[in-house]
Amino acid sequence: MKRFRGFVIKEFYHIFRDYRTLLILFGMPAVQLLLFGYVLTNEIKDAKIAIYDPSKDVVTRRISDKILSSGYFLLEKNLHSVAEIGPVFRQGNVKLALIFETDFAQKLEKTGTARVQIIGDASDPNTANMLVNYTTGIISNYLVSMNSAAVPLRIIPEVRMMYNGELKGVYMFVPGLMAMLLMLISALMTSLSITREKELGTMELLLVSPLRPTQVIIGKVFPYVFLSFVDACIILGLGNAVFGVPIQGSIALLLMECFLYITMALSLGILISSITSSQQVAMLISLVLLMLPTIILSGFIFPVENMPWILQALCYLMPPKYFISIIKSIMLQGNGMAYVWRETLILVGFTSLFLVISIKKFNVRLA
Amino acid sequence: MAAVSVVVEKLTRRFGETIAVDDISFRVSKGELFGFIGPDGAGKTTLFRILTTLLLPDAGSCRVEGFDVVNDYKKIRNICGYMPGRFSLYQDLTVEENLNFFATIFGTTLQENYDLIKDIYQQIEPFRKRKAGKLSGGMKQKLALSCALIHKPEVLFLDEPTTGVDAVSRVEFWEMLSRLKAAGITILVSTPYMDEATLCDRVALMQGGRMMSISTPGEVIRNYPLNLLSVRAGDIYHLLGELRSYPGMHSVYAFGQSAHVAFRGTGIDAGSLKVFLTEKGHRSVEITPIGANIEDCFMELMNTQPR
Repeated sequence: MKRFRGFVIKEFYHIFRDYRTLLILFGMPAVQLLLFGYVLTNEIKDAKIAIYDPSKDVVTRRISDKILSSGYFLLEKNLHSVAEIGPVFRQGNVKLALIFETDFAQKLEKTGTARVQIIGDASDPNTANMLVNYTTGIISNYLVSMNSAAVPLRIIPEVRMMYNGELKGVYMFVPGLMAMLLMLISALMTSLSITREKELGTMELLLVSPLRPTQVIIGKVFPYVFLSFVDACIILGLGNAVFGVPIQGSIALLLMECFLYITMALSLGILISSITSSQQVAMLISLVLLMLPTIILSGFIFPVENMPWILQALCYLMPPKYFISIIKSIMLQGNGMAYVWRETLILVGFTSLFLVISIKKFNVRLA
Repeated sequence: MAAVSVVVEKLTRRFGETIAVDDISFRVSKGELFGFIGPDGAGKTTLFRILTTLLLPDAGSCRVEGFDVVNDYKKIRNICGYMPGRFSLYQDLTVEENLNFFATIFGTTLQENYDLIKDIYQQIEPFRKRKAGKLSGGMKQKLALSCALIHKPEVLFLDEPTTGVDAVSRVEFWEMLSRLKAAGITILVSTPYMDEATLCDRVALMQGGRMMSISTPGEVIRNYPLNLLSVRAGDIYHLLGELRSYPGMHSVYAFGQSAHVAFRGTGIDAGSLKVFLTEKGHRSVEITPIGANIEDCFMELMNTQPR
């Protein structure tokens, strides 16, 4: 234990004496978060929707048909009461709900006006906005085709955004940025710090010492677990203080999930360092194999639903995707473990897989 | 016979097609200062890495203090000190932090073994707050040796410790080694400098992965089979070529400002050689018979042994 402590202290010396490391560790999260306040456009197809239709008349059926045959939407569920809306959103599949008022066709005929409510899941604001625009567009098209009568008919869509009423893009970026930065810091930094020992030849000395491989690995990883955790808190805190991003769910659960994700990324970093012996290669692998997929294939910027199937399949192999959906679910929707246990289990699976491989691959000898 | 510290039997290690260590066998007694001499690529580093359990042998066996390098590698790692050929300490840690770190991972403290490293450490102690990366070459070497010694190893492996170190520091370094030897530590040291061989108890000459000879420096010189002349003249470059063409010549080497001329028995007469060289236009030719030094012996050994 004393040996282990000595090792960890040494690691902290390395980190705190290298201002570049420090800059990446603490400067980057802040700068990135402030920079990423902007939203990129995205397109949608086959978004799942739920419909609550108490009137079930000709007009509402036609509108539903039009919407469902547009190619943008898929019917996930017919709702039987308004009370079902909340739960169906919280399960996470449904992106939009359509609620007709009662006696829709009658009201339209008699008064010339009927109301339909469109509710979007704005924890992903771009998608929600887009979906709502498409829906209102389809409804007004339908109206135009009906308006042969002298009296102009009106259907008034009432739009409501759930979970992120003001459609703040930053809300989306905080989980995505967390996934990206924690991955970068954890995986890149550990893989670099292990390959640096190999490059400088100090790994030889560590191997010749009585330190066990697990002690070396855990000693390497430990400071970064701690520092990444600090980073996670910085991002959450900044997001909250500067952009007012709420944390609806339990902070303890949120931090626990962060911890899990950090461990996953760290074990990935060890894995990278066990298959390469130079810092440059480690950096390249970390950036190309981890960073880009984390940004592009995790649903952080581009919606997964819109990708060709082969990329979608790839997305399911990206741990950050699960982390992002966990964080969104906890932070923005205030969900508990009951809603994120599946993703959590998947992350646990990834972590143990990477750890087992990297401890097996860690060589007690040089070659 | 003294107790044995290191036993190597029929050791072979390949890297792909290259045979780095080729069927080597030797023994080192406890408390012996054992040297390995050989050019780059002779297999010295590979041999040291196998002995320090960093590499696995392909064939043959090695025991260090009775422990097998393959099966008992953990025990060996507790009792051996290793100084790799390249300076391998943490450059961003200070002298003191490096020492303390290596002391801790071996489960000891600087104070506990201060006596052993005192002589060496005192020379770098004034700089103990300086980062290791900012030390001079000789001081780095002393720090590396201190770190390798901090846990009071029974066997010390030094891989080319004096390469790239100035002449004064080299002499100091070897003085330290003889003091460590006096403290009972078995030392295996490799070097490309042949003159350092005389400072070892026994010397092994390595070339192309092979062990060419093992003997004391005295024996090496006594067994030298040739006679030597030292030839001096102004134009050393042309001198070497013309000496090589002289009949009865065995070998010619440049040795500092002079050429060493080796021949069998009475094959060459100094007087006629001088006449020959003067005829070739060399001025102020000086020829003196000399005894072989260790370098002459190794040159000859490397020449005659089959590759």
